[in-house]
Amino acid sequence: MKVQQISVFLENKSGRLATLTDVLGKAGINIRALSIADTSDFGILRLIVSQPQEALRVLKDIGFTVSMTDVIAVEVQDKPGGLAAVLKVLNSAGINIEYLYAFLEKSSNDALVVFRVEQVEEAIDLLTKNNINILKGEEVYKL
Amino acid sequence: MFNPEIESMPREQLQQLQLERLKKTAQRVYENVPFYKEKFKEKGIEPGDIKSLDDLQKLPFTVKQDLRDNYPFGLFAVPMSDVVRVHASSGTTGKPTVVGYTQNDIDGWAELIARCVAMAGGGKGDVVQVAYGYGLFTGGLGLHYGAERLGATVIPISGGNTKRQLMLMQDFGTTILCCTPSYALFLAEEARDNGIDLINGPLKAGIFGAEPWSENMRKELEKGLGIKALNIYGLSEIIGPGVSMECECCCGMHIMEDFFIPEIIDPETGEVLPYGAKGELVFTTITKEAFPLIRYRTRDISTLTEEQCECGRTFVRMDRVMGRTDDMLIIRGVNVFPSQIESILLAIGDTEPHYLLVVDRQGNLDNLEVWVEVSEKMFSDEIRKLEELEKKLRHEIASILGISAKIKLVEPKTIPRSEGKAKRVVDKREL
Repeated sequence: MKVQQISVFLENKSGRLATLTDVLGKAGINIRALSIADTSDFGILRLIVSQPQEALRVLKDIGFTVSMTDVIAVEVQDKPGGLAAVLKVLNSAGINIEYLYAFLEKSSNDALVVFRVEQVEEAIDLLTKNNINILKGEEVYKL
Repeated sequence: MFNPEIESMPREQLQQLQLERLKKTAQRVYENVPFYKEKFKEKGIEPGDIKSLDDLQKLPFTVKQDLRDNYPFGLFAVPMSDVVRVHASSGTTGKPTVVGYTQNDIDGWAELIARCVAMAGGGKGDVVQVAYGYGLFTGGLGLHYGAERLGATVIPISGGNTKRQLMLMQDFGTTILCCTPSYALFLAEEARDNGIDLINGPLKAGIFGAEPWSENMRKELEKGLGIKALNIYGLSEIIGPGVSMECECCCGMHIMEDFFIPEIIDPETGEVLPYGAKGELVFTTITKEAFPLIRYRTRDISTLTEEQCECGRTFVRMDRVMGRTDDMLIIRGVNVFPSQIESILLAIGDTEPHYLLVVDRQGNLDNLEVWVEVSEKMFSDEIRKLEELEKKLRHEIASILGISAKIKLVEPKTIPRSEGKAKRVVDKREL
């Protein structure tokens, strides 16, 4: 149920994102979702891609600092209060969210939200028990 | 002159004094410091073999590593009960370099500084503002006791707090300022910006040292503060500030030769070079009791001249320090070795750290930026953790080096590598 997310360290200087996406493009790797967190000096690019292992390898090869992080992709109803319902479940169990970002699913009316939490397994159990749909890695990579 | 009898002693007589003192020092270290006994034996020499000053060349060198190897008190030549004070400078592997003083050493040091302050035109009635750091660093307390010995009024304000420095300088009528030359420039600038006229005030001289500076900076200081700006030299291993000092002629720093014997050597071969040649400065202390050093290699590059100075002093003079034979940097008066940064990075678990020290002078203050390549080991995909890492590095550097640095996390391969060996320092300062 876990999704492998690629995290890349980026300095805040021009052209880095262009280089990175170019490399992925040439390797035939498609980006499904992305988010950037940044400070004044550096940023962390988080990517969900079609082939995570391959992406990890090509980015390392050209010298980026890259890591793989387990995240959860949750289907959230695309209506008012949709996200709140999911957060309520996590909050009630004291699961702290490190970060999250959303992207739209082409195939359905739902939105997809990527969650990064410390206790991944626990969160998956909890959400499943509450009938919240979690996408498997393969499903997300294929989107 | 504070001590004209010594300071203008005919050279022949001075050399006789040096020889007597050298013999005694050699005897004392041989008897009391196992490290030296062994070194002398390796060289097949005994204290009794010293018959002339030229025989100094037969004695072994001492290097900074020897101080580290004998941490903390292994090179002391007296029992600890006779040591009345220690000073220390930050080390390269977390352990500092420690030096010790007996009461006689402290008194001797005060005499040297009294001579220095007198060279700057100081005496009874002068107000000396000591803006060098007080504490383990030798600058503050060194100047302090010497200025007191001279009979001047001392303001022991220590470093920093620029507003208060300027306020007391005006209110107390400071006549002589002691600090690093870059800080003095900063004070001049702050005074100007705040409409404080120091140029026409009582301030008449500055005793500046603990970092390299230039003739251009002298001009700027003299103009900006309305003073005579003089260079003082020293290092804690030898005694602290006061090893040598410029007189009003500004033609090199007089080495206090009744306390120290200077040599210039070829840093590669160790061969002694003649007067006038550029090389590494080496000092032998000939009066110190607690922490005598034989032929200590300073790593500072300079030249010596024997030509007599117009001031009447007979001590040889050394030129401004022109550079280093190692990679030591002096930032805001603090000695910094790139390897210290490396040890910090190793301690946080990075096995092969790539880093770069970028030193710049903004306004008149030195800025240290430490670039660290983010390795996989350090990387986290959470901003919070990377910021914690920056904070931790900043804190470690401040606690080990005693200066603040800005940490800049950079991508791998950002720092240039030349022939496999990384460049560790970019010094953009123009003195």
